[in-house]
Amino acid sequence: MSYLTDRKRVTGLGSGREGTHHHWQMMISSILLVPLVPLFVFLFGFALGGTHDEVLAFFSRPVPAIIMALALLVIVWHVMQEALVAIEDYVHGLAGKLTLIATKAFGYTLMFVGVFAIARMAL
Amino acid sequence: MADVNRGNRPLSPHIMIYRPQLTSISSIMVRITGIATLGAALLIVAWLLAAASSPAAFAVVDGLLRSVLGDLILFAALWAVYYHMLGRLRHVLWDFGYFVQVPVSEKMAIGMFGLATVLTIFTAAIV
Repeated sequence: MSYLTDRKRVTGLGSGREGTHHHWQMMISSILLVPLVPLFVFLFGFALGGTHDEVLAFFSRPVPAIIMALALLVIVWHVMQEALVAIEDYVHGLAGKLTLIATKAFGYTLMFVGVFAIARMAL
Repeated sequence: MADVNRGNRPLSPHIMIYRPQLTSISSIMVRITGIATLGAALLIVAWLLAAASSPAAFAVVDGLLRSVLGDLILFAALWAVYYHMLGRLRHVLWDFGYFVQVPVSEKMAIGMFGLATVLTIFTAAIV
């Protein structure tokens, strides 16, 4: 029976040197969620339910388009980090690495496509 | 540094046999609602892309989101994103050093469930 823990094995190797930055980023995005989540759901709620022309007209105005795009970026980035940390906790080895890559690809694709679609309607 | 005998040592109790508490459940719910929000974002982005693409594409995705099933999913997603926002706000308050006492944290847990529900119904009623 080995009592050697993972912690003991890595003692002296130094930290990842990015924990504080990650924590600070999560704190900033958490604070940003408070105004951006209500703004996003209300704007989306107002846009949803209209005809195609009404939706295009809604997003052709700069302020709703800008707020929707910014809120989408912050919210998706934040919940993507949430998913990545959950994966780091529960999925290990090669499966973990591949799941992390897939989740990041999914998250950044959502951000890019969302902003592209809003920009295309706005411009 | 091979992982010999990894796990072959006494471990702390596993989460599944640990008595559920308001603090732990409300914290786990923050993570679940966060991941659920990432899934729901796919629907929103699909709707935006369809609207930017063509009237035909918009009709399909818009019809899906405004169906009964779509309404239910969006209502659940609305609760999830509000709950996540409040849960994260609780983390920010903790990080600033406030409300770290267990009884206060438990009150905040109940508050998160309640306020998320109120905000969801309020939002759904208005829009």
